[in-house]
Amino acid sequence: MTALELDKICKSFGSVEVLKDISLTVEDGEFVVFVGPSGCGKSTLLRIIAGLEDPTSGTVAIGGDMVNTVPPAKRGIAMVFQSYALYPHLSVKDNMTLGLKQEGQPKAVIEERVTKAVRMLGLGAYIARRPSDLSGGQRQRVAIGRAIVREPKLFLFDEPLSNLDAALRMNMRVEIADLHRKLGASIIYVTHDQTEAMTLADKIVVLRDGHVEQVGSPMELYNNPANQFVAGFLGSPSMNFLEKSVAGQTAGTILGIRPEHLRLTENGRIRGTITHVERLGGDTNLLVITDADEKLTVRLFGQYDKSVGEATALDFDDSHAFHFDQDRQRIYQSAA
Amino acid sequence: MSKARQSTGATIAAHAVLIVYTIIALFPVFVIVINSFKTRQAIFREPLTLPDSDSFSLIGYQTVLKQGDFFLYFQNSMIVTVGSLFFILLFGAMAAFALAEYRFRGNMLMGLYLALGIMIPIRIGTVAILEMMVQTGLVNTLWALILVYTAQGLPLAVFILSAFMKQVSDDLKNAGRIDGLSEYKIFFRLVLPLVRPAMATVAVFNMIPIWNDLWFPLILAPSEQTKTLTLGSQVFIGQFVTDWNAVLSALSLAILPVMALYVVFSRQLIRGITSGAVK
Ligand SMILES: Nc1ncnc2c1ncn2[C@@H]1O[C@H](COP(=O)(O)OP(=O)(O)OP(=O)(O)O)[C@@H](O)[C@H]1O
Ligand SMILES: [Mg+2]
Repeated sequence: MTALELDKICKSFGSVEVLKDISLTVEDGEFVVFVGPSGCGKSTLLRIIAGLEDPTSGTVAIGGDMVNTVPPAKRGIAMVFQSYALYPHLSVKDNMTLGLKQEGQPKAVIEERVTKAVRMLGLGAYIARRPSDLSGGQRQRVAIGRAIVREPKLFLFDEPLSNLDAALRMNMRVEIADLHRKLGASIIYVTHDQTEAMTLADKIVVLRDGHVEQVGSPMELYNNPANQFVAGFLGSPSMNFLEKSVAGQTAGTILGIRPEHLRLTENGRIRGTITHVERLGGDTNLLVITDADEKLTVRLFGQYDKSVGEATALDFDDSHAFHFDQDRQRIYQSAA
Repeated sequence: MSKARQSTGATIAAHAVLIVYTIIALFPVFVIVINSFKTRQAIFREPLTLPDSDSFSLIGYQTVLKQGDFFLYFQNSMIVTVGSLFFILLFGAMAAFALAEYRFRGNMLMGLYLALGIMIPIRIGTVAILEMMVQTGLVNTLWALILVYTAQGLPLAVFILSAFMKQVSDDLKNAGRIDGLSEYKIFFRLVLPLVRPAMATVAVFNMIPIWNDLWFPLILAPSEQTKTLTLGSQVFIGQFVTDWNAVLSALSLAILPVMALYVVFSRQLIRGITSGAVK
């Protein structure tokens, strides 16, 4: 069964087209991540799935049923917001139970589900507090708890971790992955953090300017991007794109090489000067400006004694290079 | 709330200014209250001294209380003020919510139309209002006053409240929608508690002018049954003789209910400010 099926969703605000012809399926139990630059329509798409916004055209089906005219509360979804959106005047427990009370669930069921969620999220000590008396991470947990107790068919997360600091974000990331394993629920997760996307997703949907650029598993997108945008968006530091720096390069094509696939060699095909060195301990990142005046990043494993201003030569394995045409689309090399 | 870090000098200066202002503001009230407890001669001979055993007298209060209907006037004023505030806040908040929350044709125009009401004093329409009240048979009822004051208070209330409601996060309202709250519940249970400080501000702004108004009670409801306190107190002010004891006593008594209301609202105001926003 499919948890979610979007068919040709379009959305305009006045004359501005924000979403263009989006079709997509989410399988049962799948963890799908929407990524894309700011303003590309991720939140809008999520809000359409939740029923908070009506699509201009197209249909939304959740669990096999068309839900275009079904109000948010009856769609079998739960949403976690970037801003947490906890009810500030209610205690943690009341925050979690409000939805269930509205559904008219019996008291025993409510108690049982809340107890379970509280145990799962380690919120036992805070149950009577107001949201304002909690830390950011705890608030986020309450927001997730509020979603869990609804036992929805589909979870929607809108950048749930973006207000947390780096360390906490990593913890919560692991917790969310864990939660997905325990609940086995279908999840749609919006983020513009590609680490979150790569580590959490079964399937990544890359969006840009309101349309889907590519859909696939994280490794599929990483190893086999369909176009320059996807290639540049995933991976950190991001892929280098060179138009003329490589000796013997075909004019009019763009060559994409990931920073980790470049290596230093005496007579490499790329020549340039080091402009900056980042020593991260485990890795060393070199920023290089090529003789053809293009910038690139090199990621070397281990520690290197390089200094700014030093001339350098780089090379790469042809099997690691991607080729793009002037329309930024991938040119697939015939397999050798 | 974080404590503002200021130098002691600045703190002292700020307090000095506030204390001076408080004294200036409270002085007339103080004079009225002390003189209401004095004999008529004492009021005129030494208006600024406290009542002593010689000059102490409750004659003013006795006159006021003997003027049988005084409690009725009190009650009328209270009903009119509280009733008007209730309707101003209820309808003002509802209209503000609609203007702030929903996108519909004419939203802007509606907002501007209401804002116009802030600039045009309602007294300009007194004659038309009186005609309307006569036709609907509302003259000499408290409803006449409540309706007029509600109309008078609404534009500013809508203006202020919609500005505050626009700041209530969309996510919060959407979370409510996903939890199955109806639009009414979202309004009453999520939005209203969050704009409580603004509601208190609007209430305080409207309360004093309504309580003190003489114009509309005199024109729309001058009957003995519907007199308000301000209008009722006028009996002591004659063209030739004024019963100062009674006037001062009536004024002193009139302060109490507003003060009580003010305390209620200002507590809301402060609680709202200190409760802090939740991200
Ligand atoms: N109510 C609205 N009226 C008009 N335009 C809107 C409205 N809501 C969103 N937009 C526009 O739609 C586009 C997509 O917005 P959306 O919030 O979906 O972006 P996003 O991908 O979630 O970005 P971010 O990563 O910054 O959250 C933006 O250009 C935004 O300006
Ligand atoms: Mg967004």
